[in-house]
Amino acid sequence: MTDQEIPYRQAEANVVLRQVGKPLERTDAEGKATGRTRYAGDYTMPGMLHAKVLRSDIASGRLKHLDASKARALPGVVCVLTAQDLPDRLAATDMPGQTGQKRASTDRQILVREIIRHHGEPLALIAAETPAIADKAYDLIEYEIEPMPGVYDTEAALDPGAPIVTEPDNIVGEHKIRKGDTEKGFAEADHIIENTFHTQFIEHAFLEPEVGLAWVDENGVVNIRMSTQVIEHFRFIADALGVPHNKVRILGAMVGGGFGGKEDITVELYLALLAQATRRPVRLAYTREDSFVGHGKRHPFSVSHKTGVTKDGKITALEVKISADSGAYVFLSPYVLLYCAVAAPGPYRIDNVKIDSAAIATNNMYTSAFRGFGAAQACVAYEAQMDEIAKTLGIDRFELRRRNFMRTGDKTATGQTVESAIWADECMTQALEALGEKTAASGPIKIGRGVATYQQSYGRITWFHDTSEAWVGIEVDGTVIVRSGVTDIGAGQASALGQIAAELLGVGLDDVVIYNSDSAVTPLAGTTTATRALYMTGRAVHTASSNLRERLVAFAAQELDARPDEVDLANGQAFVPDDPSKSMSLKDLAARGASEGLERSELAMFRAPFTDPIDQETGQGPVFPDFTYGCHAVEVAVDTETGEVTVLKSVGAHDIGQAINPQAVEGQIEGGALMGQGYALSEELIYQEGKLVSPSFSEYLIPTSMDMPEIKCIILESRSGLGPFGAKGIGEPSLTPVAPAIANAVADAIGTRVFDLPITPEKIVRALRE
Amino acid sequence: MSLEKAITVEINGVARELSAPANETLLDCLRRHGQFEVKSGCEKGDCGACAVQIDGEAVDSCLTLAWMVEGKKVTTLEGLNDADSPHPLIAAFLEHGAVQCGYCTPGIMIAAEAMLRDIPDPTDDDIALALSGNLCRCTGYTKIFTAIKQAAEVLRAGGGDD
Ligand code: FES
Ligand code: FES
Repeated sequence: MTDQEIPYRQAEANVVLRQVGKPLERTDAEGKATGRTRYAGDYTMPGMLHAKVLRSDIASGRLKHLDASKARALPGVVCVLTAQDLPDRLAATDMPGQTGQKRASTDRQILVREIIRHHGEPLALIAAETPAIADKAYDLIEYEIEPMPGVYDTEAALDPGAPIVTEPDNIVGEHKIRKGDTEKGFAEADHIIENTFHTQFIEHAFLEPEVGLAWVDENGVVNIRMSTQVIEHFRFIADALGVPHNKVRILGAMVGGGFGGKEDITVELYLALLAQATRRPVRLAYTREDSFVGHGKRHPFSVSHKTGVTKDGKITALEVKISADSGAYVFLSPYVLLYCAVAAPGPYRIDNVKIDSAAIATNNMYTSAFRGFGAAQACVAYEAQMDEIAKTLGIDRFELRRRNFMRTGDKTATGQTVESAIWADECMTQALEALGEKTAASGPIKIGRGVATYQQSYGRITWFHDTSEAWVGIEVDGTVIVRSGVTDIGAGQASALGQIAAELLGVGLDDVVIYNSDSAVTPLAGTTTATRALYMTGRAVHTASSNLRERLVAFAAQELDARPDEVDLANGQAFVPDDPSKSMSLKDLAARGASEGLERSELAMFRAPFTDPIDQETGQGPVFPDFTYGCHAVEVAVDTETGEVTVLKSVGAHDIGQAINPQAVEGQIEGGALMGQGYALSEELIYQEGKLVSPSFSEYLIPTSMDMPEIKCIILESRSGLGPFGAKGIGEPSLTPVAPAIANAVADAIGTRVFDLPITPEKIVRALRE
Repeated sequence: MSLEKAITVEINGVARELSAPANETLLDCLRRHGQFEVKSGCEKGDCGACAVQIDGEAVDSCLTLAWMVEGKKVTTLEGLNDADSPHPLIAAFLEHGAVQCGYCTPGIMIAAEAMLRDIPDPTDDDIALALSGNLCRCTGYTKIFTAIKQAAEVLRAGGGDD
């Protein structure tokens, strides 16, 4: 660890870790690498029907009539559901929570009854004996849509007389932050620098499209096996079906990527309705096009910074105005907006801050969760602004950051004291160093470098009162079982839990089996979102394992005729380290314990810090449990003739507190590096009058193997986080700084800035011409 | 009703007879017959998740009609996982953590194995080109490249013989 700073709070130093912190092969790896893992789309059942969703291809309109009689008459069609066939219920679009709070007023219609608000809004559901029959039925449904004037950008949506997408005024969320006195701060400034930055709609592009299989069992329970980040939507599904919560069960499977795109309700609602209506198993697999039009996108944001700064680079005041396009339904927009507002000042200490933000409804596709969740868009703006300030002042960009960085013990703009280490500076220093020698420019090829540092929360908003449960048990042969509802979306969420249990119970990861992701059978762990799975469920497993360990150690002490504090568990043995004669295998210990009635399992709940909501007018108060800090640095080559950008080197340096599995952490950083590269340079969903015109991977370009730069990962471990063993989170933070670092590197290379993502060759050539 | 016929094909070394309608893709046909390791990501030839080898050559099974493989040999990831000697690619992917969500993995292994038979000592550019039709959203490709290079080394040293 770096010794410049003593962290404000640190987990036990110098503990010997035997399993945690090691790059172990993940428990899910072998099944996946051999093709044996069954994903949600790989399950079938006898008598299974195949479903299809009919969607509107117009973004704003009125459904004049819809006639499914020809489709229903087709042999092999078992069921067609339209809004007329459903009770007038809504589908929740809110964050599932353990406390049952809910925003009813902003939920969405399940199927279009009359008004169509976005391209892709579902009109009817079909279930048929074969996929081919479902396709035919789809073509036989007759309907007429009368187009209505829509509104497709956030400014127009606020015009008086604009079509109202969400009552009363198209504003679906607003947050303010007030700290200090910005007027005074600007008066103290030598320079005031103002810029506006824009980000675009983007797509999660997980490789596995949404898919699931539902059936009603002998107890009348609707079972849904599906690809999701959130099995706890079962409650919302039950509400939409009008059945008690214990009559819906969601079983996950290994998820083929999520990134926030499988956080809201997707296929489960349609599956449940069709299974309930037909009493037969129903499978629904989205095509790639369904997936492009069927789930929420990343919000486009407009973020304006006005920064006051002294001539030696001290920021004296910051005003930020934020607007986000929430699309046609609210979903998680108010929360995404809050994340952006809280993140807006970056990892900088600024005494005078004024932030105003609004999320605005339009007839574009609704926007919701996406890795980075508003904080990523905030970083695109504040890190570009830092470089612009440095340029104006003629100060080194990195030095400017150093003069303003938050330091351990500092407060955020909402007045929350950060109780963990703040190592933004250390991360930047190491990332820059790792870039090494600068590549030489040649002819029209210019080389540029850029960094972005960040402050990003892990764990959910603290007034959600988030909790997570896990169960840990030891079998009579000494093997270990972990049970927890956590969904594994590819980052090794389940395996990390096994590593924690293995550490504390003195076994190897091979000795642990993890059962996860079943809303009826595994203890509920909350969502795999918000960089919370390891933090929350890791802590639950830590507590359950520690309690079990304590009991095993006490029992072993009796058996070995020793004191409990002399006994250690490791390598499948309970032993007294100083006395080789006193040792027994865990297998014998567990078997002896079983015969003596020793409780061999533990259920534990972890509770995040609970707070009240922040003050509405000032935004003051704690918002998140804690934050990760880090930096991404890149070197790019820009062809000034064609505008083409090549990312040459990409370095992520993050203080993640404690790596549970460093190889998995590197995987997050490397994956984030390429996803951020797509965000910066090539990815954009194009909507025309609200209609998505690029619903395929041949039009929507995510980075391929041809785009891979040299990537380096630097893991710093302050052991100061709230997670198990002092861990923080890395899932979202690994992505957040990448796009702004690339934007800064491009600006460095060409000497001028493109203010709108993505930074395409055309925009670069245009910027160079001006 | 579209015409249906039984096609004979060798899948992963086992002679099989698959019934398939004339318009069915090899992707759908293989999955319908239990080869679930062949994944569907786009059904348009854009993602490579569905890649299989036909007589040793990697192709997108979503763009191939099932009837076209009559009398041919089809290899999927299952075929690289010979119980006695799993392909070194599998061990290398495990060792280097090249698998995250794993949905792209079957297609990537199939593409990589085909390349390694042509290019035993691939450069990064060779690998990039061979995988250019296989999207991965999780890994940033980095560990995949490392794993493929290690597997190549093992193969050159005569490991994983079959
Ligand atoms: S499913 Fe065949 S290339 Fe995507
Ligand atoms: S590992 Fe998830 S797409 Fe490659």
